Amino acid sequence: MIPRHLIFGTAAMLVIALAAGMYAWHLRRQIAHQQIQTDVSHPASPAPQGPMEQVTLWVAEDDPGTLRARAATIPMPSGRQERAEELMRALLNVYTQESSPHPIVPTAEVRTVFLVDPGLAVIDLNRAFAEGHRSGILVEELTIASMVQTITANIPGTTRVKFLIDGKSQPTLAGHADLSITYDVSAIQQLASVLQNTP
Amino acid sequence: MHWSRYRLRLCVCICLVISAPISGSSGPKQLTIFSDAASFSLPVREQGGREYVDLMEILRRFGRTDTRSDHDRWRVTLNNLTVEFKNGKTRFKVGKSDADLSAPFYLENGMGYVTVDSLTTLLPPFLQTQVTLHQNSRRLFVGNPAVHFTAQTSGTALVLNFSSAVNPTISTEPGKLRMSFSREPLVAPGTERLSFDSKVIPSAVYSEENGTAAITVNGSAPLFARFSNDGRTINISPAPQGAAQAASTPTVNQGNAPAAPPQAPAPASSPIPFVPVFAVIDPAHGGDDRGEQLSPQLAEKDVTLAIATRIRQELQARGMTAVLLRSSDITLAADQRASAANRSQATVYIAVHAVSLGSGVRVYTSLLPASGDSRGPFLDWQTAQSGYRTFSQAAAESVAAEVSRRQMKSRTLVAPLQPLNNLEMASVAVELAPRSTIADLNSPNYQQTVAESVAAGLAAAHDRLRKP
Repeated sequence: MIPRHLIFGTAAMLVIALAAGMYAWHLRRQIAHQQIQTDVSHPASPAPQGPMEQVTLWVAEDDPGTLRARAATIPMPSGRQERAEELMRALLNVYTQESSPHPIVPTAEVRTVFLVDPGLAVIDLNRAFAEGHRSGILVEELTIASMVQTITANIPGTTRVKFLIDGKSQPTLAGHADLSITYDVSAIQQLASVLQNTP
Repeated sequence: MHWSRYRLRLCVCICLVISAPISGSSGPKQLTIFSDAASFSLPVREQGGREYVDLMEILRRFGRTDTRSDHDRWRVTLNNLTVEFKNGKTRFKVGKSDADLSAPFYLENGMGYVTVDSLTTLLPPFLQTQVTLHQNSRRLFVGNPAVHFTAQTSGTALVLNFSSAVNPTISTEPGKLRMSFSREPLVAPGTERLSFDSKVIPSAVYSEENGTAAITVNGSAPLFARFSNDGRTINISPAPQGAAQAASTPTVNQGNAPAAPPQAPAPASSPIPFVPVFAVIDPAHGGDDRGEQLSPQLAEKDVTLAIATRIRQELQARGMTAVLLRSSDITLAADQRASAANRSQATVYIAVHAVSLGSGVRVYTSLLPASGDSRGPFLDWQTAQSGYRTFSQAAAESVAAEVSRRQMKSRTLVAPLQPLNNLEMASVAVELAPRSTIADLNSPNYQQTVAESVAAGLAAAHDRLRKP
């Protein structure tokens, strides 16, 4: 015969273990739910409004590792900040196509672009953009250069560009390109002039 | 209602199953395997009080392997030999005959695990060579790749001669200098404790632990290591007075670098002796940071280390001193790399990267950021490189020219790459892309050609890399 206190003790442990397990499961679901809410809490980008305008997109091409200016016609809002966001979305749209010359994961998004006077543009990208980005000095540099060039070609007065991932600064894009610094537009323009030459 | 003992045991088992994942822990144990082709380490996991390793992780280093898993059976083929295991069993099939392992094989997530001591039975049929295990230190020798050494005193110095080039990690503490050999198949001399007729260096001890061999030299004064004879000889002698202040953290001294003692500060009146280093070579990534996964088996961090080691050898062969920022699989932050490089006061810094995209070799110099506020003798960290860009460009162009001379594609660019902006010396990053296929990145011939190009380029630009 098993002593009664052992039976009760074991039963109590089982109940506690099950209750703790259910509580942990409940907490995980709650966190996951909150995460989903957080992910969608920023306003979904509205369909772009405004007259169609011709803009210049600086498009990276992995083969042969160059940067090319490409004209595109997209609807452009009137506000400077909204214009900057639409430019970035148009550029990402090129990169997330199947036939992209510089593939970026389809889940990559521009969360927002802040234009801070004097001359600072802050581009906030989502986590998927960084986590899905390919690793390598040139491939990361092409992404940075194409985004900075596209902003500066269409938003006059931009002199510096800073990148954030999910609202935070991070050391690198995918292990190489430095995201901790604020980019000097003139330095990127010099780089872009070199990247236009086919090696 | 009366509960039976059986039900109680069942309850206890359920409790244990619930708590098992929480209490489970993995240790940092590792097995190092040395062969003529390569040396590598892999993690060791404990199961039932025995030490197990992933068999596939070992076999794939020795050739093309094929595995098949069918319920609790696991088959692996290498060099036309198929071996079949059964989960939880010691008996296995080699071709058509049976043999026994010293402990049960087990299968987890499609991967087969065998005990470390089973490898001496399992590997010889696959590899057709003898396999020797140093069980206590978990060092496995496939074939006969041993590196031997002799030790003798010469004046106040201890001279260690090795049968082939070595590249140990050197660390010091008061009265001791320790050289750890994680990649070299170093074997013990006749006796593990060596005594010398010297008051400065009375003894040295050879030891092995967790896949690594070490020689610890005991001294009555702070000691200093210097490499010569293409890495085959290490001279250990009392450190010059005051060299102590050159101690670095993290300890990343390699090759010809002085292993400066962390204590014994220099007298205030005496100048700190400067041991000139021409090049600091930084194998990018390492440890937790794998860099790009170039192929399922090949990580960028391993390729960069292999190429960096070759560059160091090539520079030394040209009479230039060179040190590696890491010689093993350790994690180093960009700021740690910059600090260690700046402390070395080297003439040039070379970061080594590898990539699957494109072809040939790209050589980068820094792309400086918008900020920068240097005050007096203090340089802004983010733009410390600004005064050295001319030297960096000279180095990059010279390296690119040597690459082109060897019929490889080359390109010079600027890049926003850490830690180039933080360095107070000529600084370049070399990114190696395949010649035609990804396998090129692991090809000794290709790596050697690139290493020769880099070393030749730096040698050609030697006089243009710092102010006269």
